[in-house]
Amino acid sequence: MRTGAQIMWECLVREGVTDVFGYPGGAILPVYDAMLEFPIRHVLVRHEQGATHMADGYARASGRVGVAIATSGPGATNMVTGIATAMMDSSPIVCITGQVGSKLIGSDAFQETDITGITLPITKHNYLVTSAADVAPAVREAFAIARSGRPGPVLVDITKDAQQGSCEVDWAAAEPRLSEAQDEALPGDGDHREALALINAAKRPLILAGHGVMQSGAEREILALAERAQIPIAVTLLGIGGVPASHPLNLGMMGMHGEAWVNTAIMDADLLLALGMRFDDRVTGNLKTYALNARKIHVDIDRAELNKNVRVDVAIAGDLRATVAEWLPHVEKGARSAWLAQIDTLKGDAAVRDIQTLPDDGHLYAAHVINDLWRVTGGHALVVTDVGQHQMWEAQYYKHDSSRSLITSGGLGTMGFALPAAIGAKIARPDAEVWVVAGDGGFQMTMAELATAMQEQLDINVAIINNGYLGMVRQWQEFFYDKRYAATPLSGPDFVKLAEAFGAWAAAVTRRSEVVDAVNAARRQPRTAVIDFRVEQEDTVYPMVPAGADLHKMIRRPSPLVETGAD
Amino acid sequence: MVHTFVVYVDNKPGVLNRVASLFRRRAFNIESLTVGHTEQPGVSRMTVVVDTDAYGARRLEANLYKLVPVRRVDDITAAPSIVRDLALIKVASTGEARTHVMQLVDVYRARVVDVSPESLVIEATGTEDKIDSLVEVLRPYGVMEMVRTGRIAMARGTARALRPAEPLSGDLIADDLSIGSV
Repeated sequence: MRTGAQIMWECLVREGVTDVFGYPGGAILPVYDAMLEFPIRHVLVRHEQGATHMADGYARASGRVGVAIATSGPGATNMVTGIATAMMDSSPIVCITGQVGSKLIGSDAFQETDITGITLPITKHNYLVTSAADVAPAVREAFAIARSGRPGPVLVDITKDAQQGSCEVDWAAAEPRLSEAQDEALPGDGDHREALALINAAKRPLILAGHGVMQSGAEREILALAERAQIPIAVTLLGIGGVPASHPLNLGMMGMHGEAWVNTAIMDADLLLALGMRFDDRVTGNLKTYALNARKIHVDIDRAELNKNVRVDVAIAGDLRATVAEWLPHVEKGARSAWLAQIDTLKGDAAVRDIQTLPDDGHLYAAHVINDLWRVTGGHALVVTDVGQHQMWEAQYYKHDSSRSLITSGGLGTMGFALPAAIGAKIARPDAEVWVVAGDGGFQMTMAELATAMQEQLDINVAIINNGYLGMVRQWQEFFYDKRYAATPLSGPDFVKLAEAFGAWAAAVTRRSEVVDAVNAARRQPRTAVIDFRVEQEDTVYPMVPAGADLHKMIRRPSPLVETGAD
Repeated sequence: MVHTFVVYVDNKPGVLNRVASLFRRRAFNIESLTVGHTEQPGVSRMTVVVDTDAYGARRLEANLYKLVPVRRVDDITAAPSIVRDLALIKVASTGEARTHVMQLVDVYRARVVDVSPESLVIEATGTEDKIDSLVEVLRPYGVMEMVRTGRIAMARGTARALRPAEPLSGDLIADDLSIGSV
């Protein structure tokens, strides 16, 4: 006989879980008591939101399911933001919450909340478990659902009496039952012959590579497809790293703050191959004018994404890696040199507006910091960003050459994500050099997790891009609200003293010439290091496609080197 | 256009909530929803009527399949099918009016299932149109209370093969699809 609490841990061990992120409390105490008997590392967080972001970062860094644990009531509700973040970015996490005793459910008992009701629209599925016998089937099915198909979060709410009760476990009977629709790793349903005909006939094709490239492990297949047919690749924010940035066919990021030549190429292309991406409004701009010259092929594991936002000619629902592998032998070798030369010209035109090539005016710009960080770390750091201007600069200036090396909250855009997600990522991949890139706003949302990093003795490097503003909101106010800076000027603590108070190493940088030394000093530290980069306060992310505008109608960085009507 | 879905789900607590919540979450308005047991133990059957276009219907179907307890979804809008609604209608009727009401009940092939000195309770089944029409003709006599089940539906014939949802086809996308900027 085993208790429900022991069964839960046994399930985790059987799933291969080695690390969990959590915070104890009354309704989850039986689980915590049983924890001491199992070979699993528990990371004590400072806020349950942190636990979910850590599980998320852990999952994205490693591809394994991340696990977060909290008590009932406020512990569970604090997880909501992290669960929604994981849902939007298809990150496989399992959240275990304690619940009041089953007899008390519905009585407004102390720390009771309807967490399965609350998280219903932001989980792939959730469970309320009220007896010890139901623990194993629920937990095992939760793992299967979290990682199958389009991955995502699953929550298991276990009542206190279910944790305390005992039963025999039939592990064979606890095998999860999943319908056929949830199997995958097969080439998708759809018209592959038509897709191949379109690919082989295209003169100006473009691959749009998303998060699905990494989720399905299709990195090599996508590159093989691109090289064989000489098709350039544009990536989404979450697709960064799926294809090496240094590869000549990788054009860079598309969308609202994508490279100008990428957005222009999308509008000029005669074929878009959308692979594991979902035509988010941040990558399409105005749907009515989006890529009107292009036929479109869309491959995604989630049928509900096909023809959702953009009408496509061929829709294929299924595993991306298997689908592209099936295509490869039938894809004709191509040259497409005219098309590649056309894009090269666009690239050259954009270089004159790049802040890296503009004369030094003595100010420290965020782009300088990111660029130096990239050079010093050789493009091989695992960077975890927060949300805002620094996130876009990171995406533009840090050239990621390896898969799963950028972790960022894309769909939900969750400020406060970076530090906890980086802690999860570091625990998943202890040998990786982990850098947090965060704004002074987002960092202040979850900076208490510095204590977690110190308690776990993690070597994480934090670059705060400190401009004294909620910078992206300020930028929108500058462009669209007549520079009325309502509630965006932001003061902060002395980040150096703050980090030192936590026991971390810290430094502040105000000049461009100091960036490389500070980065190197932080890298030498065997413990968590924080650098406060005090950058230009009113800098702007360029290019920018205003929300809902046509994708090629970008606001460009003014440059003293060029003068056009638009400037 | 009104679409009728038949949704087979696991008979477990909270499943109705999951299905209804999906419609709310994706901004579809449910016209009617009925749920009950089927010939198969452990499986419930829902009939859901939604006013949406062909694009919305396919989107709903694809999203319904993402719910773990959903086993199968049939959009039977275009299929030859039997669609029924059941109503209980309490009508005020004394004296001469009572005779008139009972004649109407006969015309509509409905039944009187309860009689009291001041009222009759009428049970009627049929298409929604037929019941709407019955309610209209009864209204002048005084409809005191009414309850309707909403539609239940079943495709005609024996075809009942398991069919996975097809990808949403491109020509179904609404031309006026305009997602506001955020």
